[in-house]
Amino acid sequence: MAQRTLDQKLAILSDAAKYDASCASSGTTRRDSQSGGIGSAGGTGICHAYTPDGRCISLLKILMTNFCIYDCAYCINRVSSNVERARFSPEEVVKLTLEFYRRNMIEGLFLSSGIIRSPDQTMGDMVQIAKMLRVDHGFKGYIHLKTIPDAAPELVAEAGLYADRLSVNIELPQDASLRQLAPEKRPETIRATMADVRLGREAAKDRSHTGKRPPRFAPAGQSTQMIVGADAATDRDILKTSSNLYSGYHLKRVYYSAFSPIPDASAALPLIKPPLIREHRLYQADWLMRFYGFDAEEIGAAHPSGNLDLAIDPKLAWALANRAQFPVDVRNASREMLLRVPGFGTKTVGRILAARRSGAVRYADLLRMGAIMSKARSFVTLPDWHPGALTDSDGLRARFAPAPEQLSLF
Amino acid sequence: MIRIDLPRFDRFEGWRDAARQLVGAGVTPDRITWADPDTPADLFGSDPMAQPNDAPVTATKDFLQLARTVSSHSDPERWALIYTALWRAQTDRAFLGNPADPLMDRLNRLAKSVRRDIHKMHAFVRFHELPSTGNRRSFGAWFEPEHLILQAGTPFFAKRFADMDWLIATPEGIARFTGDRIAFDPPAPRPDLPADASHGLWQTYFANIFNPARIKTNAMRSEMPMKYWKNLPETHLIPHMLADAPRRVQAMRDAGASDAPQFAAKVTARIRQQPQDTPAETITQAQEQAARCTRCELCHDATQTVWGQGDPDAGLMFVGEAPGDQEDLAGRPFVGPAGQLLRQTMTQAALDPDKAWMTNAVKHFRFTPRGKRRLHQTPDKSHVEHCSWWLGLERRFVAPKLTVALGATAAFALTGDRSPLTPRRGKVQAATDGGPVLVTWHPSLILRLPDDRAATARAELLSDLRHAGQLLAA
Repeated sequence: MAQRTLDQKLAILSDAAKYDASCASSGTTRRDSQSGGIGSAGGTGICHAYTPDGRCISLLKILMTNFCIYDCAYCINRVSSNVERARFSPEEVVKLTLEFYRRNMIEGLFLSSGIIRSPDQTMGDMVQIAKMLRVDHGFKGYIHLKTIPDAAPELVAEAGLYADRLSVNIELPQDASLRQLAPEKRPETIRATMADVRLGREAAKDRSHTGKRPPRFAPAGQSTQMIVGADAATDRDILKTSSNLYSGYHLKRVYYSAFSPIPDASAALPLIKPPLIREHRLYQADWLMRFYGFDAEEIGAAHPSGNLDLAIDPKLAWALANRAQFPVDVRNASREMLLRVPGFGTKTVGRILAARRSGAVRYADLLRMGAIMSKARSFVTLPDWHPGALTDSDGLRARFAPAPEQLSLF
Repeated sequence: MIRIDLPRFDRFEGWRDAARQLVGAGVTPDRITWADPDTPADLFGSDPMAQPNDAPVTATKDFLQLARTVSSHSDPERWALIYTALWRAQTDRAFLGNPADPLMDRLNRLAKSVRRDIHKMHAFVRFHELPSTGNRRSFGAWFEPEHLILQAGTPFFAKRFADMDWLIATPEGIARFTGDRIAFDPPAPRPDLPADASHGLWQTYFANIFNPARIKTNAMRSEMPMKYWKNLPETHLIPHMLADAPRRVQAMRDAGASDAPQFAAKVTARIRQQPQDTPAETITQAQEQAARCTRCELCHDATQTVWGQGDPDAGLMFVGEAPGDQEDLAGRPFVGPAGQLLRQTMTQAALDPDKAWMTNAVKHFRFTPRGKRRLHQTPDKSHVEHCSWWLGLERRFVAPKLTVALGATAAFALTGDRSPLTPRRGKVQAATDGGPVLVTWHPSLILRLPDDRAATARAELLSDLRHAGQLLAA
């Protein structure tokens, strides 16, 4: 095999990395290069570019290698795929990261890898790259390392010292699907790795009896990714799994990735059009769980099928299914209840609470403060607005859902 | 009209000094013209500046921050707006905190637009490497922001790229950094930046990280507005990437499933673990089998099977209810608060926790998620029954002389007796497999009881454990 150029390797190993959705670079410790080294981190994340698939580019997202000994049916890099293979040397990864970084193209590196030889060998090589960046080059930017499940806990512990974020992908919302589609992976070891990361983070927060702080461990926390649409799990199942993951391992994010056709597909999984709207609704539902005080169960129960309504957003769907709780009187409703009004976001609710101190909030004030009144008007009462019979009218859902379209025959 | 000429840089400080003097002198907002460097001279000349005076002028910290941000906006009216707000705040402080006030709403919108523009500057400046003479590398960029954010936006780059020289040229002016502080110069024509090989690699990355099966151009356009495209090295690839996407997706579909390369089956045969279904012959084998247990539904939500721990030759076995949050995470029994209490009490009763086999009736954690916490739930009868297979194996391999049942669930699992615990506590019952079982409280009960009753229960647990020590020695 002829030696590949850096450009060719980059093409292969970024193509292989694009099915990972995460690109977050926010929420880590504040640091910069004024005390030496290169780079800074710790503010809000920065998305340096966007591709036409709607995903942002914040990090250099690449695989160390796409050689892999596992045979996961949904993955382009599985051992039984005929995809072109390549492998970066550690120096090449370090050089690409730093040169892109210096040109202000990225916030840092998201390094993942196929499994070569063994989980320990792979994880060890990835940790080595992170260490070179941090120690040899004083790199202060963001590093996200994919954690290889089944890697030794000591390697995960070392990874946490150099990485801002660790992630291990749960891959599929139900254990049975994972056992079937990724026979080399085991749901219990994936969860155990997440548990190790949570325990590592908690241990790094405890000061010792001398008051000394232990070294920081993955300060931007951990995340995971679930493929949506590759198995028969309902949205209710998916949200329940997410809710378990958030509560069990204190994940910062669960990413939902619409199952997308891959070149050189496996016979075990038919190629489908990626369910992008479903993915979008799941993200909205996820937000409702994390910032709006909703339970997975109540969002999932809004539709008898167990799936989210694709035509309207999940908060609106919940409100339509629970109309007895509306209309809400904006003058005296609690924060919790205001957060449940469709068309009110967390910022709008904060502004309403602030404005209530200066007097009554009227319809025009809400418009100015960012409320989407086309949605909210059916669910609130104001000094100058009452929805009347609107809240309970049969045709309310039809006002929000897009008009039905004749299905295309092709 | 009083005309105030603001400088090209440090404009906000200029406005603040003038505004303080003018508000102090009682000059109403409609009598002032605020002039940026390029504002033409007034046709009718201007009135003289108000006399300096000591009248107190006050503003909140938040307002000053807001005004500073708004001062970078390109709207020529911004100076008058923040002056009006400052003027009003002298008599009505409350309106500054009211987001429903139309003036505050307008200022907040201007500030938001400025903050977004600064954020986009941090995102979309692209440096080209310039020839360098010294030992610091040198980089340059041309950027066209929407607002006058050169001063507000560039300190970020000084912090991030402290070890290199850089310049960012914009229509507003030029920022230069050589390691000390940022110097600002008036605008100059757009510089010619040399070609940079890393920009080619960047384009390779951009084209290949794109998934042609997902097209969401609205998300792209809203976050990367077209007005910034002309100075980005990667954006000219987008039309072709979009045009080619349907063909690539169709090609994937047409190709369908492929035949695996020959080595794949060999690799899989080598690494895929075959579950071992033959009856376990050692306690370690039983543990390996239990790690894959799917007998009941608890395994889906719990992290892992929590097998017993300790000395399998001990002769003394402790059985609790089920792992809790901490046990579930660590994969070891009795490491949480109840486990610590049990170990303490054992030590007090002269029992060595390492010289016993400690396990649970149910091997998976049962819980309900509530926000960031998992609330413990008592396992059902069916969970205990499904898990009795594993407890039975443990008992077969450990073959304890005495078993201590901690709490009702463990007592049920061992004896099959579901009657209330209180009358049974401290007594020895026969296990379904024949051995003696001493029934006592679960330490987590002691943690849940109010102080007075907890002390009694703890004393009872201690006396039961002493009793266990005597039974074992007998």
